[in-house]
Amino acid sequence: MRWPSCLLWRGDSVPHLTTERLRLDRLVAEVLSPERGGVATFIGVVRNHHDGRSVVRLEYSAYDAMAEAECRRIVVEAAERWPVRVAVEHRLGTLEVGDAAVMVAAAAAHRAQAFDACRYVIEELKRRVPVWKREHFADGSRVWVEPAGGGGAGNVPPDGAA
Amino acid sequence: MRAKLDPPAPVPAASTIQVEVLVFGQLVELLGASSLSVRLPRPATAQDVFHAVLATLPSPAPSIPPLAFAVNRVHATPEAAVEDGDEVALLPPLAGG
Repeated sequence: MRWPSCLLWRGDSVPHLTTERLRLDRLVAEVLSPERGGVATFIGVVRNHHDGRSVVRLEYSAYDAMAEAECRRIVVEAAERWPVRVAVEHRLGTLEVGDAAVMVAAAAAHRAQAFDACRYVIEELKRRVPVWKREHFADGSRVWVEPAGGGGAGNVPPDGAA
Repeated sequence: MRAKLDPPAPVPAASTIQVEVLVFGQLVELLGASSLSVRLPRPATAQDVFHAVLATLPSPAPSIPPLAFAVNRVHATPEAAVEDGDEVALLPPLAGG
């Protein structure tokens, strides 16, 4: 049995980027439906350390228009690959340790598809959505985060690893 | 046979393009701006746009992180063709999530 994919079911008007506090209950409510018995969620949270240094907050910024478009593309791709509904939100601005920076919810008839779709969305988001963050350390210094592997969408030069 | 003497041809406008360049993250500090307009010869690639931006910097150029490109809000290779009026973004290493 297969449920129809709901391409762009969230619509273009609902932004994936926000400066507001993220709410998992709201995100889950967006993907729930009576025929979907498995809901997988992912929450990315600001942690208090990086490379052995003490982090006090992160400052997120984005290429807003493209980040929105890329989130929409990823949501569409997930709905084409699995019979799922997915929702994703990324927070921007200054976040403290413990704040949620990103949330993904994926609902499917069964758990395997929900887990797979949820994993796909967060991995593609990290790989493709143009968002940057600057770490503020306990000693007052600030550093732009360059993920190992160079980040980017696979078109970063091979020697581009940070 | 008479030699045909052409007057020096003015550079036609169509031989150059102007693109809007957006930069992000640490590039904003390195360039001192988040957007700029550059004009360059046609045909041009995303990589050409990057070099045109570099040319606007005082030398020696500051150290630039490894960059990816987007043309009109879609990820693009350095070799991607760029047309007049395009929006070209220089993307430092992405760090969402």
